[in-house]
Amino acid sequence: MESIISFGIAMLAAPLFPGVILKMKAFWAGKKGPPLLIKYYTFFKLLKKGSVYSNSTTFVFKMGPTVSLGAAIMALLFFPLGGTAPILAFEGDVILIFYMLALGRFFTICAALDTASPFEGMGAAREAYYSTLAEATVFVILVLFYRLSGALSFAEFFSGPAPITVMGPAGALLLLVIVSLFMVLLTENSRVPVDDPATHLELTMIHEVMILDHSGPDLALIELGAFYKLFFYAAFITHILHPLQYGAPWVNGLVFYGIMALIYAAVGLTESIMARFRMNLVPKFILTSFALVFFATILTMGVIK
Amino acid sequence: MDNLLQIKNGEKVSRADIPQLPFADFRQALLDIADQDGYIVQFFAYQAEQANRLLAVLRQGKTLYAAGCEVGDSYPSLTAANEKFHMFEREIAEQHGIRPENHPWLKMVRYHQNYQGKADVFANDYRQEIPGNYPYFQVAGEDIHEVAVGPVHAGIIEPGHFRFQCIGETVLHLEIQLGYQHRGVETMLPTVPRKRLPVICESIAGDTAIGHNLTSCQALEALGDLTVDQGAQVVRAIALELERIANHVGDLGALSGDVAFNPPAAYFGRLRGEFLNLLQVLCGNRFGKGLIRAGGVAFRMGEEQRRLILDKINETRPELEHVCDLLFSAHTVLARFDATGTVPRERARELGLVGYAGRASGLGYDARVTFPTGCYPDLPPNQNEMTNGDVNSRATVRREEIMHSLDLIETLVRRQGETEPVFLKDYQLAPSSFVVTINEGWRGEISHCLLTDDQGRLERYKVKDPSFHNWTGLAMSLRDEEISDFPLCNKSFNLSYCGFDL
Repeated sequence: MESIISFGIAMLAAPLFPGVILKMKAFWAGKKGPPLLIKYYTFFKLLKKGSVYSNSTTFVFKMGPTVSLGAAIMALLFFPLGGTAPILAFEGDVILIFYMLALGRFFTICAALDTASPFEGMGAAREAYYSTLAEATVFVILVLFYRLSGALSFAEFFSGPAPITVMGPAGALLLLVIVSLFMVLLTENSRVPVDDPATHLELTMIHEVMILDHSGPDLALIELGAFYKLFFYAAFITHILHPLQYGAPWVNGLVFYGIMALIYAAVGLTESIMARFRMNLVPKFILTSFALVFFATILTMGVIK
Repeated sequence: MDNLLQIKNGEKVSRADIPQLPFADFRQALLDIADQDGYIVQFFAYQAEQANRLLAVLRQGKTLYAAGCEVGDSYPSLTAANEKFHMFEREIAEQHGIRPENHPWLKMVRYHQNYQGKADVFANDYRQEIPGNYPYFQVAGEDIHEVAVGPVHAGIIEPGHFRFQCIGETVLHLEIQLGYQHRGVETMLPTVPRKRLPVICESIAGDTAIGHNLTSCQALEALGDLTVDQGAQVVRAIALELERIANHVGDLGALSGDVAFNPPAAYFGRLRGEFLNLLQVLCGNRFGKGLIRAGGVAFRMGEEQRRLILDKINETRPELEHVCDLLFSAHTVLARFDATGTVPRERARELGLVGYAGRASGLGYDARVTFPTGCYPDLPPNQNEMTNGDVNSRATVRREEIMHSLDLIETLVRRQGETEPVFLKDYQLAPSSFVVTINEGWRGEISHCLLTDDQGRLERYKVKDPSFHNWTGLAMSLRDEEISDFPLCNKSFNLSYCGFDL
């Protein structure tokens, strides 16, 4: 029951946090910024609209939004949100989750290619390339976590008896993991310095260009899927930062959402203090995150045994 | 060069004094100048005595040359020998149906029927909607892909079509096709009542309302023998500099926004508004429309206006310096600006780039210094230090020009001199005359050229926006660049679509 309530709250709260990023960016730009609930308003506005489909698209184009949203929700089902046991869990579920997210991306890419637009093909190529690199980082993190906990399940990682946390014995290594996970979060969720979610320049976009042809409810589903994906990565970092074992579920929940807000604010701060990378620097950026966790994993072989 | 006429900026010349050379001499004289560091100011065709005539105005150093000649329906192209003529010859072919033989890339410029209703050089059927019958430069081979952008863009950009030939993310070639905003300005101007001329000139390019209108008014004053008093000259120069500052500040903000560096984008956006508001202080319009009229200015600058302008400059100068420092000291921004979209000096010379795009590539030409009018002869010139020809240089030139223009305005505002507002002066244009005027608008060299007939009516009105030179520079800057850097390069040039399309 607790798990289901926790999951429900996450479902409802996910669109709130991107509002935090916008507020943070507005603060640094000396503006008031849009209201915190802007993403909810946009979501309902889009739902009320109709969808426009290009003549050159097929059913693949219409499947993209649904599958990517489904994949993101699926990932949250397996995640111990705020320290509660996840709704679903089995040994090895982490591998399923990351490939579910990859499946969602696969369909987004297919939908983009389906439009036969030259930009969208370009965006799809960039997205496929960068997420392939980011996958290497994620899987080295999983190898490291397996070495630390002997498990391959989010439930075991974070809500088991010995959760993985920077407060634990391997804390120093996990600092590296947090940094590289944050870099993966920026990459996978098309944030500055990898991508610019606010740009209108179609030639520079990565994620946004793939969804240019989607409109109305389809766009709403894609955006919601993106909020859940960002929520998932932020929750991942939150759990490593701080173990949520206060006993009372509401205390866990409060602390969890408090730290989440800080992570989103950190994303907003990053976007305010730096410009985007030139496109050919992005792979180096992602591979840096890989190098960090790879280094951490090598250290486990001698240091913690 | 002896067979060419030396003229002065904004000086009336009798049409009979323009040397009419045989075509071979004309062609050779033009090519000689263009090869010896000369540049084209105007090169266009007009009809006289049932014949096609070409008229060229070239600049070399501080000298302006003019020459004319008669051509039939075709002539051997000058572009084949010198690239500076490229766009001009295409324009002549489109406007008058005169074919330049052996032109390397003869394509329509703006997609319209020629003025005489002659057979179309490009074999276009103008009843059809754009695109017409014209090829794009193409690259073939495995891994080559073509990206077509526009004419409908996201955001509030004007319409233009960009065709990229890419290998992966790298651009091999960019071809720019404009003309979507062609309104027929040149054909309309000689037909409208005199009082509408400034209104139309203020709308040639919305962001250069003052630049174009000033250039037009100076030409009318030269032909109409009007004098402009010192007070009005001061107001005109202040307005031109305010327009320059407002646009440069806005562009620095947009450059910052294009690399997703938000804080300066927001701050520059606000500061741009401050300078537009100063134009409003001068004349009641934020773009300076309605300020300049033939014979003077329509609003006098009183003590209150002088104080408001000085106060605002004192207030914004440190703010501008801080925000510029923020932008130009952020290493992630420099990583994007530096060595991006480079137009080397040699290439810029071949193409004849003007304005900040030329200055960033090391071509020091500034019409305010070379062909000064009004208050400019005794004002200090700007020196720009960074001339690498990349985005960083173009941005830095803007920064230096903003600071320089602030100094100029401060100097000018302190100059005394009253003026009587001028709304609509009664004047007659000199018959059978010719005048060319040149001004350094914020984008670069603006030039208008007027020809009157034997009754003193306008016969041909030729407008040239600096963008006419510089669009080719943008296309060249993209060679071997990443396609994702195109918006940044585009913004660093920030050329006018409607100023080009006319």
